Amino acid sequence: MDYGLDKKTTSLKTFNTIFIIVWLLIACFPFIWTFWGSFKVRADFFSRSDWWYAISAFNTLIETGGKFTTNAYSQAWTEGEFWKASKNTIIVTIFVVSISLFLGTLGAYALSRSTRNYAFWLLILALIFRAMPHITLVSGYLFPFFELQIWGILPTTIVVLVAINQPFTLWLLYSFFKTVPRELDESALIDGCSYFQTFRHIIMPVMWPGVITAGLFSLMLAYNDFTVTALLLNQENHTMVPKIQSYLGTNQHEGNLMWAVSSVVSATAPLFILVMFFQRQIISGLTAGAIKG
Amino acid sequence: MPNKTFFWFFLPTGLAMILFIGLPIISTGIQSFYAQHDQIVKEVKKCDPFGCTVSIVVDNEETSKIREAKPLGKFNGFGTYTDRNHLAVDEIKKFWNETESVSAFIDQVTNLPFYKALIFTLTYCLFVTPNVLLLGFIIALSLNAVARKIRGPLIFGTILPMIVTPLVGSLVLFWMIDSQGIIGANIQNLMNDPYLSLKSSKTLTWITIIIYGIWHHSPFAFVVFYAALQTVPQEPVEAAIIDGASRFQRIKHIVLPHIYPVVTFVALISLMDNFRVFEPIIGFSAEGSAQSLSWLIYDNLVNEEVILFGSAAATSIMTIVGIAILLAPVLIRTWKEFRIAR
Repeated sequence: MDYGLDKKTTSLKTFNTIFIIVWLLIACFPFIWTFWGSFKVRADFFSRSDWWYAISAFNTLIETGGKFTTNAYSQAWTEGEFWKASKNTIIVTIFVVSISLFLGTLGAYALSRSTRNYAFWLLILALIFRAMPHITLVSGYLFPFFELQIWGILPTTIVVLVAINQPFTLWLLYSFFKTVPRELDESALIDGCSYFQTFRHIIMPVMWPGVITAGLFSLMLAYNDFTVTALLLNQENHTMVPKIQSYLGTNQHEGNLMWAVSSVVSATAPLFILVMFFQRQIISGLTAGAIKG
Repeated sequence: MPNKTFFWFFLPTGLAMILFIGLPIISTGIQSFYAQHDQIVKEVKKCDPFGCTVSIVVDNEETSKIREAKPLGKFNGFGTYTDRNHLAVDEIKKFWNETESVSAFIDQVTNLPFYKALIFTLTYCLFVTPNVLLLGFIIALSLNAVARKIRGPLIFGTILPMIVTPLVGSLVLFWMIDSQGIIGANIQNLMNDPYLSLKSSKTLTWITIIIYGIWHHSPFAFVVFYAALQTVPQEPVEAAIIDGASRFQRIKHIVLPHIYPVVTFVALISLMDNFRVFEPIIGFSAEGSAQSLSWLIYDNLVNEEVILFGSAAATSIMTIVGIAILLAPVLIRTWKEFRIAR
């Protein structure tokens, strides 16, 4: 309850407003600028002579006859085969999210309902696994995967991403399951449900907020991953992020830079829309681990 | 829950983690003791009317035969760990004996690839982590003071840098800061130096990557601190106001002690994440002047001729050791708390 004791001076309020505006500018302007620039030609967005060209669209007018052009998009999606990369991303994301939620809910439920010591140690082990840099794991995968000849295909990458994702999913869902009272399980068990039936019919229906949060984080990991997808997939199966990197080329002046700009926008837009809708879940997920755990 | 039920519930996730996190670590360990085969050379005698010459060429057939027979490479023991590209034991001994002053010695050592990368990684962690905590806390405090109605969109704007993948985030910044981008071009005009660019200076590159790191990680600290601020009890704060405590005193003596556990959590997570810094180096195309441990591994793995499994694995193992050193204090504390709780 706010009794109005905390009086803020006008200067403090002004300072606060200015600070927030400056911060939001720093946080958002790069994205707005890239979005704007993706509708220009390269000579405007990466102008050697005058940065104002990016706004006045000097070269875009000369080259295409309009102030805005969608050439970069249409070329990247067709010639650059970005459609293939987005198709791969969708496949990887759907499978990673559903499999890791399935494994994660089972495991986290068991961890949250066990009173033994080993449950604690398993959680600590998961924390250690969470700390492993992904690239060190990839250096362990490459050789066995080459030998088994399962390198380069989507299923391998999906399984690897699921596994890498498990420690975080476990911790997150564990803290959510902890908030579901044990009495709920116990009454179901007394009524003759098996553990699995209790889990399936009693606990899962009240767990949806937690599952959605965990799903969002798995989705962001699978969608955003670069380290694993770049090294474990062959050229044909690349997802969006490694594809963007391949547009950059070894030297910045080769490669089609505007393709990269437009694909960055194409890849980021769905993510932003998703976050706009699920902002509350993401924030509750980030804090669940911190405050309760 | 009975042990047996626990086992079946935990089996799928446990199996996934053992197979794809536990075993790869072991596999990395084994690989680090092997090195790729040397190329087998043979002497070829070429004769023409003017006489015979003997030249040495690579015997591709033999080389690929031995590679197929022993794909892991030849056993190298700790050889990879001590070679020039890793701990460089011999080189350091040589520098120690040859150089005259300590600063010259340090100069020489920090030019070796592994130490160069280690120093960049540590510098990055050292500068990014505290600034992330500070900036995140300030943003949380200041957003906590604005009207509740407009907080939603403000929070959305604030967390944008965090939700994009580091590669995209660094590219978006790089395209602005580069000499042909909006900020880079204007700085050139302002300083009146047409050759001033990110790539020309090592210090500038480091500063840019560190600023990028703060930009990318602060939203995470913000979100956690913001949620923690909601749980600060109002009564002590009000009592402090009546007692005449200033705003700064209230934060220092009431708010900070209350959210202290969360601060350590954020510090730990961002330290772990910063230690694996890698994608911004690719995004800023800064390979020339800034290399991190993770980037060294990546570089070995994308090597064009032969993938340097052994070298990558050795760097990986040393990175894991680094992570272990970072994590050790937390683990020891958790263990002590756990023993007391029992």
